[in-house]
Amino acid sequence: MASLRDIKRRIASVKSTRQITKAMKMVSAAKLRRAQSRMTEARPYSRKIAEMLSGLASSVSRDAHPLLAVRDVSKATVIVITADRGLCGSFNTNALKAADRLVAKLASEGKSVNVVAVGKKIKAHLKRKGAVPRAEWEGLSGKVDYSVAATIARDAVVDFEEGVTDEVYIIFNEFKSVATQNVVSKKILPLDTSAGHDASDMPDFLFEPSVEGILGNLLPRYVNVQVLQGLLENQAAEEAARMSAMENATKAASDMIGALTLAYNKARQAAITGELMDIIGGAEAVKQ
Amino acid sequence: MAERLKLDIVSPDKLVLSDEVDEVVAPGSEGEFGVLPGHLALLATLDIGELTLRKSSGFEHVFVSSGYAEVLNDKVTILVESAENSRDIDVNRAQAAKSRAEDRLSRTHDGSIDVARAEVALKRALHRLEVARKVH
Repeated sequence: MASLRDIKRRIASVKSTRQITKAMKMVSAAKLRRAQSRMTEARPYSRKIAEMLSGLASSVSRDAHPLLAVRDVSKATVIVITADRGLCGSFNTNALKAADRLVAKLASEGKSVNVVAVGKKIKAHLKRKGAVPRAEWEGLSGKVDYSVAATIARDAVVDFEEGVTDEVYIIFNEFKSVATQNVVSKKILPLDTSAGHDASDMPDFLFEPSVEGILGNLLPRYVNVQVLQGLLENQAAEEAARMSAMENATKAASDMIGALTLAYNKARQAAITGELMDIIGGAEAVKQ
Repeated sequence: MAERLKLDIVSPDKLVLSDEVDEVVAPGSEGEFGVLPGHLALLATLDIGELTLRKSSGFEHVFVSSGYAEVLNDKVTILVESAENSRDIDVNRAQAAKSRAEDRLSRTHDGSIDVARAEVALKRALHRLEVARKVH
């Protein structure tokens, strides 16, 4: 049986852990709110770009622009987005697992795979496996904006145009709700235009300079926007995951404190009872 | 004139402006163009420059970096990477960006600096300053 002092010490330590997890939960909640509003604010832009693109791309052929080119795939690039920090439940593990799965699948199809690492966790993961990322980024938390996304996307776009890679995928945690995050893995290059509504419901537009000119301008931006969306979603999802992880930790700490307090009281009572018995026993002995 | 244009300026960060205006003059990549109510459907690329809005209360000037303009059924959507109303422009920052870009361009021969990027940065800074001057 643990001594009274041991139990007391443990209670104190669990209490201070609870303080920390509680504080982290609050911080995440605040960050989540900000990340969520950034995400919502970015939405009109990406929706509009996608809308314009699907209208345009369906009206031109696949070889109108290098970014639309579907080639035989022998080399693929996977952009994996994770968090920089842990303590957010299975958030990073899920993304890493999905990344490993996709890489294994592509490799089994005979493709050579490059990984672009966004976030410390994927970087460390690759290092453990002895793989070298094509490019790596970290410290983006809270600093994600369009230009960051454009820088990350530019490398992939250049690689694709120069034939260094034939396919580009992106993996990130999607923000479903505060309680659910969902790992998404999707192909961003070559662009999938089949989902676009067909050209007939587009009114007759005047194009300035030309359809091809606008398309050439729009496609790289569309890739940027997809990366941006991935980054923003991932950020919100990270904070949401951390928030619920910390909430659970706080609850677990409270439960533990309850159990320990009970044990402490029991031990105290037992000690008192023991002492009383001794005293009574002693008194009885003296009486006799 | 009863008819007015519905104007939205959207950047990746936010919806910059949403307003009803009488006329929009935009810096198209093929030259400046104006849009009045009843304009045909148009999709145009925009250059770095100044967007002028005419409203009944007067003119407003907005700095825009490159992007697109879509005109459809009297609704004008401007999609740009960044947009700032003339009174929101940070003049000091633009000034700093201008001197930084100029500095880079003056050292182009050392080859390490991307000339095209510096030129674009300079253009952005100059236009920002130009638009900022028009605060009324």
